[in-house]
Amino acid sequence: MTDAEKTPKKETNEKPKVDVKSKVGIFFEEVSQSSLIIPILAIICGLLLGGVLIALSTEEVYSTFAESPLQAIGNGFKAAWEGYVTLFTGALGSPARISEAIESGDPREIRRAINPVFESLVKSIPYIFAGLAVSLGFRTGLFNIGVEGQLFMGGIFSVWVGYTFKGLPAYIHFPFAFLAGALGGALWGFIPGLLKALTGGHEVINTIMMNYVAFRLTEWLLRIPMKREGSTNPLSPIIEESAELPRFFEPPIRFHTGFFIALGIAALVYWFLFKTKWGFELRTVGANPHAARYAGMNILKNTVLAMSLSGALAGMAGANELLGLNHHLSQSFSPGYGFDAIALALLGRNHPVGVVLSALLFGTLRTGATRMQAVAGIPIDIISVMQAMILAFIAAPAIIRTIFRLKEPKEEEPGVRVSGWGGS
Amino acid sequence: MAPILELKSITKRFPGVLANDKISFSLEEGEIHGMLGENGAGKTTLMNILYGLYHPDEGEIYIRGKSVEIESSRDAIRGGIGMVHQHFMLIPVFTVTENVMLGDEPTKFGGILDRESTAARIRDISSTYGLEVDPGAMVSTLPVGVQQRVEIIKLLYREAEILIFDEPTSVLTPQEANQLFRIMRSLAESGKSIIFITHKLREVLEVADRITVIRDGKVIGTTSPEEADKRKLASMMVGRDVVLEVEKTKAKPTDLTMRVQNLKVLDDRNALTVNGVSFEVKAGEILGIAGVQGNGQTELIEALTGLRHPVEGRIELLGTDITRSTPRQITELGSAHIPEDRQRDGLVLTYPVTDNLVLNTYYIKPFTRRAVIQPEAILENSKDLIEAFDIRTPSPLVGLGTLSGGNQQKVIVARELSRPIKLLVAAQPTRGLDVGSIEYIHGRLIEKRDQGVAVVLVSTELDEIMQLSDRIAVMYRGQVLDIVAIEDATKESIGLLMAGIQAEGQET
Amino acid sequence: MSAETLTKETGEIYVSQTRRRVLGIVFLGVALLIWLVFMRGLDPEMTSTMRLYPGGSTVVVEDWEFNTLNALRILAVGCAVVGAYQLVRGFKNLTGLAFALIGGMFIFAFLSWAASGGRLNLAGMLRIMFIRSVPLTIGAMSGILCERAGVVNIAIEGMMLTAAMVGTIVGSLGTLWFGLLAAVLTGGLLGLVHAVMSIKYRTDQIISGTVINIFAVGITSFVSAKFMQAYPEINSSGIFKPYEIPVLGQIPVLGPVLFRHNIFIYSMIIFVILLTFLLFKTRWGLRLRSVGEHPKAADTLGINVFKTRYMAVILGGMMAGFAGAYFTLGSVGRFDSAMTAGRGFIALAAMIFGNWTPLGAMVAGLLFGFSDALAASLALLRVKIPSEFLLMTPYLITMIVLAGVVGRGQMPAADGQPYIKE
Repeated sequence: MTDAEKTPKKETNEKPKVDVKSKVGIFFEEVSQSSLIIPILAIICGLLLGGVLIALSTEEVYSTFAESPLQAIGNGFKAAWEGYVTLFTGALGSPARISEAIESGDPREIRRAINPVFESLVKSIPYIFAGLAVSLGFRTGLFNIGVEGQLFMGGIFSVWVGYTFKGLPAYIHFPFAFLAGALGGALWGFIPGLLKALTGGHEVINTIMMNYVAFRLTEWLLRIPMKREGSTNPLSPIIEESAELPRFFEPPIRFHTGFFIALGIAALVYWFLFKTKWGFELRTVGANPHAARYAGMNILKNTVLAMSLSGALAGMAGANELLGLNHHLSQSFSPGYGFDAIALALLGRNHPVGVVLSALLFGTLRTGATRMQAVAGIPIDIISVMQAMILAFIAAPAIIRTIFRLKEPKEEEPGVRVSGWGGS
Repeated sequence: MAPILELKSITKRFPGVLANDKISFSLEEGEIHGMLGENGAGKTTLMNILYGLYHPDEGEIYIRGKSVEIESSRDAIRGGIGMVHQHFMLIPVFTVTENVMLGDEPTKFGGILDRESTAARIRDISSTYGLEVDPGAMVSTLPVGVQQRVEIIKLLYREAEILIFDEPTSVLTPQEANQLFRIMRSLAESGKSIIFITHKLREVLEVADRITVIRDGKVIGTTSPEEADKRKLASMMVGRDVVLEVEKTKAKPTDLTMRVQNLKVLDDRNALTVNGVSFEVKAGEILGIAGVQGNGQTELIEALTGLRHPVEGRIELLGTDITRSTPRQITELGSAHIPEDRQRDGLVLTYPVTDNLVLNTYYIKPFTRRAVIQPEAILENSKDLIEAFDIRTPSPLVGLGTLSGGNQQKVIVARELSRPIKLLVAAQPTRGLDVGSIEYIHGRLIEKRDQGVAVVLVSTELDEIMQLSDRIAVMYRGQVLDIVAIEDATKESIGLLMAGIQAEGQET
Repeated sequence: MSAETLTKETGEIYVSQTRRRVLGIVFLGVALLIWLVFMRGLDPEMTSTMRLYPGGSTVVVEDWEFNTLNALRILAVGCAVVGAYQLVRGFKNLTGLAFALIGGMFIFAFLSWAASGGRLNLAGMLRIMFIRSVPLTIGAMSGILCERAGVVNIAIEGMMLTAAMVGTIVGSLGTLWFGLLAAVLTGGLLGLVHAVMSIKYRTDQIISGTVINIFAVGITSFVSAKFMQAYPEINSSGIFKPYEIPVLGQIPVLGPVLFRHNIFIYSMIIFVILLTFLLFKTRWGLRLRSVGEHPKAADTLGINVFKTRYMAVILGGMMAGFAGAYFTLGSVGRFDSAMTAGRGFIALAAMIFGNWTPLGAMVAGLLFGFSDALAASLALLRVKIPSEFLLMTPYLITMIVLAGVVGRGQMPAADGQPYIKE
């Protein structure tokens, strides 16, 4: 709708002033405007609501409620506080234990004490890849909810390469297996991309359907063709040692090369999106497909390319997880990285740097929540609830503004818009 | 007697803009009051306030001497106010009856729509005011002129006493416009009071009893057709003396640039919207394509620029067959395109001015080297074009969405005309712009023509077509009825063609 | 929305010759497929048997036995005739019907082939088709309610899942009817959340729906892990008993297939009729649709766009809640995490396929229900397809159907667009 009079704009009548602010200046202005404030407040709100949920699911709260509601509320607070203390020490290590270990001087103890931090980093690796996958889609105006399925395909391909080829040197084998994983994911992204481009079938429904197909396929593969000999469980054979992503420390620290590959890929995605003509095309198609078509860009090619690249990144997440940690394929190797990545990508404003930061946060949360489940009996699914809350606040910054009475931004935020069923 | 409607010192601010500045205005019963102002002067804002779509920051509204608060369109309807919007407020997939009854539906058996009684009332209104329409027809199948009648019937169905017409002639042929004026006259004679919003001087002079001129959100003055003339009104409207005629010399067409033969194009619903169009354009001439909106111009342009592939026919550009070429191939042959819907097709509003200025040249040197975008080159380019095309922007790096409509259009014009081109396809290049921008863009088009570019100008504004074209092709229902040289064309003859009536007097 | 889009009149509809020919060739290909693949190596004496009453039915009908090869010959020739006509003359307006005919013949050919030398319970399959279509059809109607008012609802899945869980818990503690009520209210509450986010705060509607879907997975797994495993008594609601409609239930073949179900199947049919009537015959429906087509036009006529959309989305949520209750209170009797298994998204595809009409949605729901039933029946036959692949069929069919129909239907014009009132 073009209604010139609806939002009249003042003509700037002075001579065109061409003063280019330094890029750094613009960056900081953006940060103070909304880029950082909203995500941080969203995280805080998410954590607060998670705390409420912990309190509500604590039995002591109910048992004491009849006698003293105040006491019950106190108990609720206590439960939530203890839960979060467990979560953060579980994710970052307990300072007391670390200093104790350093005093003892036993390297094994030290490794154990600092392991939580490394474990959080390890858990953030698949999040980096998966978050990049989702955000690359969003940048092109595509909502890839199929990251989970693409991640499984990546896992399948990489593990197959990992155990089938024997006797390859490590410097060939693990890159080969890793790239095979990327290929598997790309294939699973390519199909809904092609369907969208050719028929207009919406990628949201198609990628979700592809997820289920991937899950069923994994079950079948593990039941028959890829089943480990002599095992009664649905597990694949273990990959060759040469296909493993190298680790840096002795056990129990599992920190591996994948972390640096992830950072490298994030940098590559940044360069691709913002520095090359291909990235310019993808972003233009995402920002305004009509204008992109008018400007001679090929919507079909770019849609398929974006979905394939997004799938490839998702496939890397799967490959990384299996080549770096599990070393075999199982039905439940992903706790839902692909779905968590949606909130993560939006939290990171679909920018590779933001995605890496959010991934570190999500890795930390998941590591801590695992510990919290073991120690405090609070189901790990609580982080899904927290993620939903964070996502809600990120997607509707107006809610955050209302709660915290923040000022309206100068310009309307470039909120995420996904295309409707019509296909454009 | 108190006027039927009185606005007292209405003020409305939008972020950064004072859209209405203490506007006072009164409407007498039974008069047609013209409200004249150029695009962006604040007329529509004022009417939207009157209709309850906006809320004024200050000021009061009186109906028949009584102060009223208009919080929503519901209040406006209750106060007897009705509006024919510039963009019709009709639901295409509903029938005429459904559109008319919506919001005020008679029902039977507690909730079931009573379509028959509404249809009967529509026939009643139709015959009283001469507004012929079939109540059972789906709105999407009706021509624009008939759709406008449905809009008027909607108001009469609600027994509105104050009727607002917002730029009602912009979608009509001159003859249809005259018919509308007759309807407005008869409405006024039957006691309705009418506010007629327009930016066309001729129209207010022809139909209004009184004329109020608005500029930059302020009332400049109220006059009457007897006291005013075109020149006076124009200078009131724009704030300076305006050249009413575009200065141009006779065209000197040379080589054939584009040849279109028997072109047939489908629209999105697979309807044959362009049905056998043929024409030629030579270097150094402007071919105007006139026609009422929706007669296939959009699809024709899309076919000429590669955005839509024709099902039959042939398009040649400089001897190359481009019938099935991509937009990029056509652009690279030296064709430029000013798109009809600039915000949808021509610009990325979230991108800075810099990127919008290279939207279709980003991939060539010096903007890209070895696939890597060169921001410095793009910035340099934008600085040059901002200077050369007088684009008013605080910085080349601001988001394009923050610029005014006129400056947005200048960004497109700068991008398209700064390349070495052989053909320019300009669709509605001045729609919704202020007089200054219109003059500027008209000047640029003629300048390009004189440099030997072949120009295809598509416009639904007959005035624009008459001012700029060297030859005029008139489109009606997907066909070009005739192509006439400007010397042989009159507004009346072109208007008749636009309504589908050919010189022999038979309707096609 | 400018007048531009209103005025694509007068042009005749152009029938693409290529499309006609391609379809004709596809139809002939189906004939060839039946002839060359299904009929290959079949013993001419082989028969297929179709059982015409579901297991456990009291209305027994004789089995229908026929010679497989002859049946396949007839079907192949039938497909060839339809294909040839399509190729030469074209069915024009009846192309959809021809398509359905070919589809039907192909499926019957496939079933005959699969049942050759064995027995297929055709009635049982149709019965399962009806049952499996319930969450899809009712879910699709949730989508219709929301989208006809201009709000995309991809949260049907999450609403169904959450409602299924709440329904079980309340149903276990109280009565099944309370459980159903609680499920409907849960759906309505999530509908309200979706409405607030997408209407008031103008969040992208697909993102808003995703929020609810993620929340639903999280909260149901959380409650399931924290409480339902510890206290199994809150996860044993049982199901609504089937009710045989007198007289109708005794009709041979049709009776057991159609008229011996629990309230969910009957509700589905009532909802389809009721919603069709409400949407297209009443003031309520006219206003709801106007808001989804052109909210500004509705606004200028004094219709409260926001209120109407809120109402539609909350009602849509309640409808999804009802569909969710089917999983626990109508089918399984207990809650399992992720038990909706993507049915909410298939329901959306059903809505699109059904062109945003309740009746169309039910036809689509039955189609997807059939693919479910097919997977279940084939598992019992000698067909050597791994069960995992059979379980993929509903998802694959959804993708194929979506590829075929999108863009041909009439989506509400303002679907997915937040309304901004200055």
